Amino acid sequence: MFLLEYDSVTEPTEPIIRAHAVEKFYLQPDGNRIEVIAPVDLDVEPGKIITLLGPSGCGKSTLLRILTGLSQPSSGEVLWHGQPITSQNAGVAIVFQSFALFPWLTVLDNVEAPLEARGVPAIERHKRALRILDTVGLDGFESAYPKELSGGMKQRVGFARALVVEPEVLFMDEPFSALDVLTAENLRNELLELWLSKKMPTSAIFIVTHNIEEAVLLADRVIVLARNPAWVRADFPIELAHPRDRKSPRFVELVDYIYKIMTQPQLALPVPAAAAAQKRVRQKYQMLPHARVGGIAGLLELLQDRGGKEYLHRLAEVLIMDAEDLLPIIEASVLLGFATLKDGDVQITAEGAGFAEADILTRKILFRQAALNHVMILQQIDSVLHAKADHSISQEFFDDILDEHFSEDEVRRQFDTAMNWGRYAEIFDFDRESHRLILAEPVGEPHPPTTPVQS
Amino acid sequence: MFSAGLALFYGVVEVGRTWLGPFTPHVEISRSLGDLPVYAGYSLLRIALAYVLSLLFAVTYGYIAAYRPRAERFMIPLLDVLQSIPVLSFLPGVMLAMAALFPGRQLGVEMGAVLLIFTGQVWNMAFSFYASLKSIPREMREAATIYRFNWWQRFLQIELPFATIGLVWNSMMSVAGAWFFLMACEQFGDFRLPGLGSYLQAAADNGDTRSILLGILTMVAVIVLIDQFVWRPVIAWAEKFKLEQVESTSAPTSWVLDFLRRSRGVALFRKRAVRPLREEIIQYFARHEVRTESAGENETLLWFWRVVGIAALSVIGYAVVRVVMILTGLHGSEFHQIGIGLLATFLRVNVTLALGALWTIPVGVAIGFNPRLARIAQPLAQIAASVPATALFPVVLLVLIRLGGGLGVGSIVLLLLGTQWYILFNVIAGAIAIPTDLKEAASVFGIRGWERWRKLILPGIFPFLVTGLITASGGAWNASIVAEYFHFKGQTYSTVGVGALISAATDAKNFNLLLASTVALAAVVVTTNRLLWRRLYRLAETRFKLEG
Repeated sequence: MFLLEYDSVTEPTEPIIRAHAVEKFYLQPDGNRIEVIAPVDLDVEPGKIITLLGPSGCGKSTLLRILTGLSQPSSGEVLWHGQPITSQNAGVAIVFQSFALFPWLTVLDNVEAPLEARGVPAIERHKRALRILDTVGLDGFESAYPKELSGGMKQRVGFARALVVEPEVLFMDEPFSALDVLTAENLRNELLELWLSKKMPTSAIFIVTHNIEEAVLLADRVIVLARNPAWVRADFPIELAHPRDRKSPRFVELVDYIYKIMTQPQLALPVPAAAAAQKRVRQKYQMLPHARVGGIAGLLELLQDRGGKEYLHRLAEVLIMDAEDLLPIIEASVLLGFATLKDGDVQITAEGAGFAEADILTRKILFRQAALNHVMILQQIDSVLHAKADHSISQEFFDDILDEHFSEDEVRRQFDTAMNWGRYAEIFDFDRESHRLILAEPVGEPHPPTTPVQS
Repeated sequence: MFSAGLALFYGVVEVGRTWLGPFTPHVEISRSLGDLPVYAGYSLLRIALAYVLSLLFAVTYGYIAAYRPRAERFMIPLLDVLQSIPVLSFLPGVMLAMAALFPGRQLGVEMGAVLLIFTGQVWNMAFSFYASLKSIPREMREAATIYRFNWWQRFLQIELPFATIGLVWNSMMSVAGAWFFLMACEQFGDFRLPGLGSYLQAAADNGDTRSILLGILTMVAVIVLIDQFVWRPVIAWAEKFKLEQVESTSAPTSWVLDFLRRSRGVALFRKRAVRPLREEIIQYFARHEVRTESAGENETLLWFWRVVGIAALSVIGYAVVRVVMILTGLHGSEFHQIGIGLLATFLRVNVTLALGALWTIPVGVAIGFNPRLARIAQPLAQIAASVPATALFPVVLLVLIRLGGGLGVGSIVLLLLGTQWYILFNVIAGAIAIPTDLKEAASVFGIRGWERWRKLILPGIFPFLVTGLITASGGAWNASIVAEYFHFKGQTYSTVGVGALISAATDAKNFNLLLASTVALAAVVVTTNRLLWRRLYRLAETRFKLEG
């Protein structure tokens, strides 16, 4: 059943997929271009599980789609065994985060559908589908509809559908993110077992994930992406033997290492290419991490309770949060000057401690101060609101500022975050009907210990 | 089986004989009971024909609009305008044109009726199909690409299933509307067609109560049968296309569908005919799949579309020039007439809406808040609403004349008859949708009486009320064409209004006035939609939406 004979690890092998200087950007009507992926070189070699790690919205999924031939890079090329890749010639399959099963087809029909597309005769189709369903542990569910299955079972159907076409490279886009913790763990182990026992007709697996432990648990090679635009921050092998013990010192060390790289994108490693560096200057606009005030307050209180300093990895554990959810909150605290981050340690600042201890009203004042001191977009809005006679501006003003720097979705998210912060800080109010920002009546009246800062 | 075949054959021959036969300007409508099924059959045939046309057109239109960004840019706004134009205002014009196109043949008038029904029902179906295609999740599309689905598989396994539920509900609405238009067509002056509408008209003309009752009974029976044998099974079957993650507990059922699913004949048919055919198609497409990435963007096709676009533009341009010429050729007094007519109809339509809202809001809320009442009232209301108002017009007119009222008041009653149901059903739905915890909160805080209406009920039903009013307003403008001007017992009853103006212009063969008033009416309706209803709808969508 194997399409390729391969010898894992030792010999240098010809890559199956080779991406050369692939880049993705969107051209704006005004001639600006928004860079999503900076030029990236990437090989997918046989015999390996490769994981692509990165914060949310960094372009991991876009990169996966370029590597599979689903979407075209803006420049650069992707080769499949030396030939330009298309979705027709690539021997790939994708397991999707949302499963992407067809709810009106039975499990069996879902798995047979890719074979129908290839014109496999009915009897063989049936046999192959049944065999693969058996492999992933779904025998007995052939005639069930996806909606009758649990999330874990649905993803098994997703696996079966991917494996039935005997892909040379199996791509997985956050395959375990939509599942609960236990189910995900179980499924990861089964995947690993199939892979290690060579029961799957696949010579490489490429997993996109934001879960650091998942990456260290599965991967032979980890690629870490940094964002805005995406570029390869780190690319290193993991030589630990399977099954891996999450408690082993080496495992913990690797997880911490990745945490560190992900939280400090600017540190140590130089920017990869000169051309990219130039473009990034345009991007140097302050990006708001997507954290709500409540989350920031919660983090600061926890830090304060734990003596003002805590190991990042520990924080994630105590809060039972993914790095993806925790990082923006920490970034926001750092941005506002409430905390500092050094070598994986989160340290609360004097301002942060003051905020954590304050009552509701004082918190608003402190937050307002911090926001006006550190957050560019809020400073801009505040000064414009004060300058204008009617003390109000249209939302479009905001969009115009951001349009140059971010994609449309990101503009939305930036706007939402700025709204959340600005309204909490009572810098402005937002009228949903007219889509206008209006200068807010300042909080109470001057309250100890400071007066609002004018920008 | 044999007799069914024979019946079918007879039906085809009979229809062919009449439709291809010479045009009979004054169809004699017999009121004998034996002819009633034949008339019902004719009406049904027109509905079915128009529906099939609509479905094909809707799918094609939606498909092109969804996949060709360049076409999408003008197709969707166009759809929006077409959807809000009152179709019945074109009834006279279309009938005259079709009769001229097929001189001396019944076929022309028949085609005119089908065309009108088609224009009345196709737009919302097209829009629904387009919207469904647009809402297919990205990952599902990607799965189709990565697993190399061919065009046929995409259409059958993704696009059609995705669109089915929306298409089914919109089809039901469209067909209900189609009955409304058909009845109007069948009764229309010189172009009367044999059918249930004209039967009812003839019965009312002669004051024949027995025939009126029989006619209405047949109408209700036909509608109930269609519901039981077409819509119910289709809805129950479409349940499997629901995009839900977990199975719902109360799925709609249909005894007809259950019967078909259990039937051995159907199973055999599927095994012997459907499955081998399906396999053939699969293999055909797997072998002949075009291997180009962006199919269809080639040069010839592009030129074809350009030519089509230019042709369409020149036709539109020519039409606009003609209209302007005609309009400038009109007398000042005629403009005056049109202005007065528009104003009168505008007032009439809005009085109707106000009256409708006045009785349906309290009644609808009472039904919605009281499940026991709802169980009794809802099916009754549904049956009442299913009888197309246009079918009842002659009957209502008969009663009004006996009571001594003129068409001035009468037309409002007629409009109300056609439109109140939209408001009622939406109000009921809105009242049901108000969450129980909000109701409980209101009673805990002692909010009662008028306060309760102001703070809880009215804001709660607002989005639904607006939806109902929008539909009702469209229906009322449409109905005004037939409600303001009526031939009855050899006399012409009419009242001031643009609808009356249109009908009268047709009778007098004053084409310039006909065209001018039709265009003016369409313009007013489209404008009010944009200025008033669209805004209210947006308000309802943003401020009064119940989800966070």
